Amino acid sequence: MAAPWAPFAATFTNFLFIRGRSGLARSRVAWKAAATERRTVAGTQVLRLIHTTSPTQKKNVATSGREECTVAFIKKQIEEFNIGKRHLANMMGEDPETFTQEDIDRAITYLFPSGLFEKRARPIMKHPDDIFPKRRALQWGEDGRPFHFLFYTGKPSYYSLMHEVYGMIVDLDKCSDHLRAKGLLPQKKNQDLIGSRWLIKEELEEMLVEKLSDQDHMRFIQLLERLLTLPCGSTEEEYIHKFRRAIPVQSKTKLIEPLQYDEQGMAYSSGEGKRKTAKAKVIVYEHGSGRIKVNGIDYLLYFPVTQDREQLMFPFHFLDRLGKHDMDCTVSGGGRSAQAGAIRLATANALCSFVSEDEVEWLRQAGLLTTDPRVKERKKPGQEGARRKFTWKKR
Amino acid sequence: MALAPAPLALLRAGNLSRFHWLDFLGKASPWTSQHSLRMYGSVPAAGIVQQEDNSDLSDKILTEPLKHSDFFNVKELFSLKTLFDARVHLGHKKGCRHRFMEPYIFGTRLEQDIIDLDQTVRHLQLALNFTAHLAYRKGIILFVSRNRQFTHLIEKMAVDCGEYAHTRYFKGGLLTNAPVQFGPQVRLPDLIIFFHTLNNVFEPHVAVRDAAKMNIPTVGIVDTNCNPCLITYPIPGNDDSPDSIKLFCHLFGTTIKRAKAKRKQMEFLYSQQNKQRAKTGDTYQQQPGPPQLET
Repeated sequence: MAAPWAPFAATFTNFLFIRGRSGLARSRVAWKAAATERRTVAGTQVLRLIHTTSPTQKKNVATSGREECTVAFIKKQIEEFNIGKRHLANMMGEDPETFTQEDIDRAITYLFPSGLFEKRARPIMKHPDDIFPKRRALQWGEDGRPFHFLFYTGKPSYYSLMHEVYGMIVDLDKCSDHLRAKGLLPQKKNQDLIGSRWLIKEELEEMLVEKLSDQDHMRFIQLLERLLTLPCGSTEEEYIHKFRRAIPVQSKTKLIEPLQYDEQGMAYSSGEGKRKTAKAKVIVYEHGSGRIKVNGIDYLLYFPVTQDREQLMFPFHFLDRLGKHDMDCTVSGGGRSAQAGAIRLATANALCSFVSEDEVEWLRQAGLLTTDPRVKERKKPGQEGARRKFTWKKR
Repeated sequence: MALAPAPLALLRAGNLSRFHWLDFLGKASPWTSQHSLRMYGSVPAAGIVQQEDNSDLSDKILTEPLKHSDFFNVKELFSLKTLFDARVHLGHKKGCRHRFMEPYIFGTRLEQDIIDLDQTVRHLQLALNFTAHLAYRKGIILFVSRNRQFTHLIEKMAVDCGEYAHTRYFKGGLLTNAPVQFGPQVRLPDLIIFFHTLNNVFEPHVAVRDAAKMNIPTVGIVDTNCNPCLITYPIPGNDDSPDSIKLFCHLFGTTIKRAKAKRKQMEFLYSQQNKQRAKTGDTYQQQPGPPQLET
């Protein structure tokens, strides 16, 4: 690991990496800039002229092997980063204590202006944790003996998990045999499992920090299901809950805004909606006579077509509140039908605040609260439109 | 010093890279061997004598067990009767017999092969003695089996005696491609013990062949349908009954624990002797022979 140019390595230029496409910590390019740096080494001030020019001094991190990213190395890098941060703050004339990452980025772009187009190729100075990829800590001690007893299987965490769960199953089997002999078998209760699901493969991989195959995941879930068939104690229940995630209930995700009150004391509620490119904002007043104004214009004049007015009417008609509310809307974008649809959605959203939870559920099931996801499909090359092809000629 | 390097050199005849760990453990520093060669005939300085003592100590610890045929007294752990009671002599039917297992078979009874327990006793003693020596020298022992009935038992036993187990799906390049799979400085097992030499489809386990390729000694329980060829210390015996596997687990576990305890004992004893010698200050005194250690 000894490199002849290590004494010349600046604490400053050390962690200025040019991140190429090959990855984060792969390339350290020698800088042709000559820079001076004052460095306090064990109490003495040492002025060092640092310039790394010759390519023979360049150290190829990719070939130096895994020794690079040891814990000691990362710690050293962090120390150097902190010292360098203070130097940078001094250079920019700012307070080293309150020098944040954004200040660092600004300082680096100022000191090292780069004309490169690729943003990731420009010089950066970030905390080593962001630069060096997280690696598993070394899995064996100084004498070479691995720490985990299942190290040689290749997936020690996963297999030790399976071993543990199987051990629990065996113990529970014995317990249940004893209990059955005495006739004290407790009843199975499955209420705790409603509303939760097992971990998916990605979540399990994340938990174990190991790559798994689909069969591994399936096997693990089968083993847990088998554990569930036995009479579990509280420790087992807690253990199983570690591997379950709650399913968010769909219909409860809608946030109902509380009613707001204006100067006269009239309650009102606002809502937003969109359809194709049209966006609408609506204010519905609690007491009224069914007067609707769109962009300051009466709705009869703004929407001459009956179909559009029917769209505006639909939420009120559904809730049997046809002549009971006043409405003010602003709408922009889209065409006449899209604007009508946008106002309809906005109205339905606003009306949720006036109405009971059951009726909100009915609104949702009627499709009044769903944003219509349909947008204009793009035209493809070689075709006349989105779907229409050019006229086919046999010859 | 002439005696000490000789047996170690025999051991080093094999793969140098694998036994480099022994060097690390056996000597205090890499340079002691040079100092201990008294080529120049001058009186060595006191500091070098200290290093000499350390190398002497480690050499004595390592060579002392090799002077006795059954240093760890593995013979007393089992007898023919215990093997018989655990049904170790029961083999498979005549049709499953492997040709190379014929020397180990005592006979057949109602078409079921009976394994010769006299030979089993001898083989088992050799195997346990070898395992004990390896555990004494702090080698890595890997238990391998692919029989799903005994996975949990074998893994528990491995945890218990502080060694390693592999009773799961065996990935192809585990032993032969280990530096790529694990890391450049990985240490391979120094002994592989097979509780079941066949895998789930009744074919020889890949680890048998790979261990032979990587010069790793193997100990294996070979049933009448197994191939004992590539296994260094085969133990002809039954690998299907729970009782026999439990007995073998118990035997291997006890030997390993015994050997590790013996090692601690020897280190303690020799360090005590060294302290006494340092107190008396007599550097040229011949080391008294260590007392015969009984368990």
